[in-house]
Amino acid sequence: MAQASVKTVFDDMETLKRELIRCMKCGNCMSVCPIYNVEKKEASVARGKIALGEAVLKDEIDIDDETLVKLIFNCLVCKSCMMACPSGVRFDRIILGLRSAIVKKKGLPFVKKALFGLLKNPELFDKGMKAFAAMQGFFLKSEGHKKRKPKGFLKTINPRLDEKFIVPELSKESFRDKVKEKIEAKDPQCTAIFFTGCSVNYLYPEVGDDLIYVLQRNNTTVITPKNQNCCGMPVMVHGDIESARELAKRNIDAFEKSNAQYIITVCGSCGSALKHEYPIILEGTDYEEKAKKWAEKVYDISSFLLKVIKFEKPKGKVELKVTYHDSCHLKKSMKVFNEPRQLIKMIPGITLLEMKKPDACCGSGGSYHLTHSNTALKISKSKIDDIKTTEADAVCTGCPACMMELFEGLHRFGGNCKVIHTVSLLAQSYRAEN
Amino acid sequence: MIDKTFIEKCKNIFGSDNVLTDKAELIAYSYDATPGIPREIPGAVVFPENTKQIQELIFLARQTKTPIYPRGSGTSLSGGPVPLSKGVVISFQKMNKIIEIDPDNLTATVQPGVIIADLNAAVSKYGLLYPPDPGSMATATVGGSVAENSGGLRGLKYGVTKHYIMGMEVVMPTGEVFRFGGKTVKNVTAYDFTHLFVGSEGTLGIITEIICKLIPAPKYRKAMIAFFNKLEEAGKTVTDIVRNHVIPATLEIMDKVTIHTVENYAKVGLPTDVEALLLIEVDGMGQDSVLWEAEKCVEIIKQNNGSYKIAETDSERDSLWAARRAALPALAQVKPSTVLEDATVPRTKLVDMLIAIQNIAKKYNLMIGTFGHAGDGNLHPTILVDPMDKDEMERLHKAVDEIFEIALSLGGTLSGEHGIGVAKIKYLKNEIGRSGVETMRRIKQALDPDNILNPGKLVPMED
Repeated sequence: MAQASVKTVFDDMETLKRELIRCMKCGNCMSVCPIYNVEKKEASVARGKIALGEAVLKDEIDIDDETLVKLIFNCLVCKSCMMACPSGVRFDRIILGLRSAIVKKKGLPFVKKALFGLLKNPELFDKGMKAFAAMQGFFLKSEGHKKRKPKGFLKTINPRLDEKFIVPELSKESFRDKVKEKIEAKDPQCTAIFFTGCSVNYLYPEVGDDLIYVLQRNNTTVITPKNQNCCGMPVMVHGDIESARELAKRNIDAFEKSNAQYIITVCGSCGSALKHEYPIILEGTDYEEKAKKWAEKVYDISSFLLKVIKFEKPKGKVELKVTYHDSCHLKKSMKVFNEPRQLIKMIPGITLLEMKKPDACCGSGGSYHLTHSNTALKISKSKIDDIKTTEADAVCTGCPACMMELFEGLHRFGGNCKVIHTVSLLAQSYRAEN
Repeated sequence: MIDKTFIEKCKNIFGSDNVLTDKAELIAYSYDATPGIPREIPGAVVFPENTKQIQELIFLARQTKTPIYPRGSGTSLSGGPVPLSKGVVISFQKMNKIIEIDPDNLTATVQPGVIIADLNAAVSKYGLLYPPDPGSMATATVGGSVAENSGGLRGLKYGVTKHYIMGMEVVMPTGEVFRFGGKTVKNVTAYDFTHLFVGSEGTLGIITEIICKLIPAPKYRKAMIAFFNKLEEAGKTVTDIVRNHVIPATLEIMDKVTIHTVENYAKVGLPTDVEALLLIEVDGMGQDSVLWEAEKCVEIIKQNNGSYKIAETDSERDSLWAARRAALPALAQVKPSTVLEDATVPRTKLVDMLIAIQNIAKKYNLMIGTFGHAGDGNLHPTILVDPMDKDEMERLHKAVDEIFEIALSLGGTLSGEHGIGVAKIKYLKNEIGRSGVETMRRIKQALDPDNILNPGKLVPMED
């Protein structure tokens, strides 16, 4: 629990006032908000939600008003608005503060409560994921190599899970199960923790393999702590701050047990949680200092390679036309957008074709694509159209959540474009040297 | 007023997906970008998709005496779209089609909900330009900017919205649909309704279609930045440039407070020991004439003891512009809230106005950063305040009163580009006098006898 002396926006609505007041209602956020762009309603965009927050504080409306709750949860937390804001409104704190206040008043809905309870118990979660991987055939039918389609009955549960929906197959063996906890480099430049994130652990273990390969080529000793757990972003964006704090503390405990100098992430959202959200949500707790200390050490793989260590340039040829999609949390939260492009351009044989709006959200938002499928599909469609116009062979990105969404969108809206993680592209080039 | 029957009828007209009635949704239509003005949560919001629906709404509103508040993107800075009663808001976000681009007649016909930047992106494919460029052009609608007669950074050379509107379709407050103007450069038929409706702030009719004038986009440009140790020298540079018959597309000024704040915030490499800077950009269709204009500007800057940097490449141009773009964001960092005014004076009175604003800042112990469009005398004194500080807010109101008083005494105007709305309605008589106010009332009463269109804005109905 947070100490009573420090009140954060997650504990006390009154502290939100200082954040809300900074908004001039200029409307710049409307030019970049992916949801507003589709729905064209004021309450879809940051400015409208800020007005709702003000109305709650003025007692014009209740925090648990049914429509208000719906509107406050209609946000991808992509932070695009924060990039366009001339007055530096910290909308991430505002939206999470409001959601946290809603959860405090109303409690979590049953499904979320059950899911988040599972996430908080890493062993149970791990068992659950593996059980689900073994049983996925009950829900998802095979659709070619490592791809799954929902069975017909799921459509009645969620309209997004229709015949055009597709997901990567859940891996029967998780990445952290098969990887050695510590892989020593021969002549190490440094030691780094690999924070895998859940998507790489269960859905994209090959991205984890590629990362290890790339780090070995760059003489970095890698520790992949077995007892790391979910970064907490999924529960945090749903307003369950207490669970997020618990997960954050447990991850920090796992980091503390190592002697690593750095933490490497391959997911924009995980990286953003560790680097930006932990110090905020743990403010005023006895983990505050530790959170700040580790936040300084967090790097996305691309900036780690180019800024931290002596980087071995890839020499293997990869003949590919590639377009790059900026993950919202990687660009707008971690501010990483040059380095992945630099890396891609270094690979011999690759042509980088920029799409018109590379940093427009893909529409995933974690679970937003399921909870708000109508809007999310329209966001996805414009992203996919933009990708297709480049005529690239592959779309590259730095976040597994985006990878899933782009994969689904390309399947749904048609397109012969592969989806690949930046680090996998790099590994491919290293491997081609031999 | 709005009751169950009214809402049922709205749903019949617009379809239930296009009518908002939940309080939480309505709260998000109770403001625009104007700080500290009265506001009310509307009774309903409707999203029309065609003119006929608006006509039907007018009939309904007349019968029930329900006020109508038209709204574009709600980026107005004078309260134009803000409801003052539980009336109905018409949001034009779904009437956002570009109906036609006619490159031979140099026109574009659009629905009011088209975003200004989207219009420009569409006409740029033909090498054309729609010049009005208010700061909010990435968000603001053509309809909203026509209703408010918005200006922008290019005003000095290219004019403002009213210079680029050739005709419209309007639903009158009595329900008739009225089309006037057209694609011809010359048109003197009837009264000049285009100029009556541009800037009418939604009080005389509801604009449903707009014919915009386009121009060939200039091919060459040259930007420079100049620094001055004395305000007077910066001011003289502005008038000297125009006197030498150079009309820059951009001629912007930033005062000392703004320069300091920008440098603190954005570290763009501005000298902090100067009194003012000018950002100047000349443009045109011929390279030679653009270079000649740029050289002339440099000559004048030197004559007035200024130092300068000239952009040789696009990236150098961007870095010069970075200072100007950072002005508002930087000032906004200093205090929780900013009040941005737009009092405007003749070009020759620019320095008097700047000095007067500095004195007002001292007198009321307020931080005021002034920047703005020096070339057209349209300044943006930006007052930085904390709305939770009651004493400061009181001083703010007094300072604003005084800024308008001085602008008028220098032969200027209350508003260069933001409009009157509710924010400046109490000052209106000071500029146009009793006869002016009476004339406005008579026009309003003649066209909107039931006073249902945006009541309480622009036209003071009572003394």
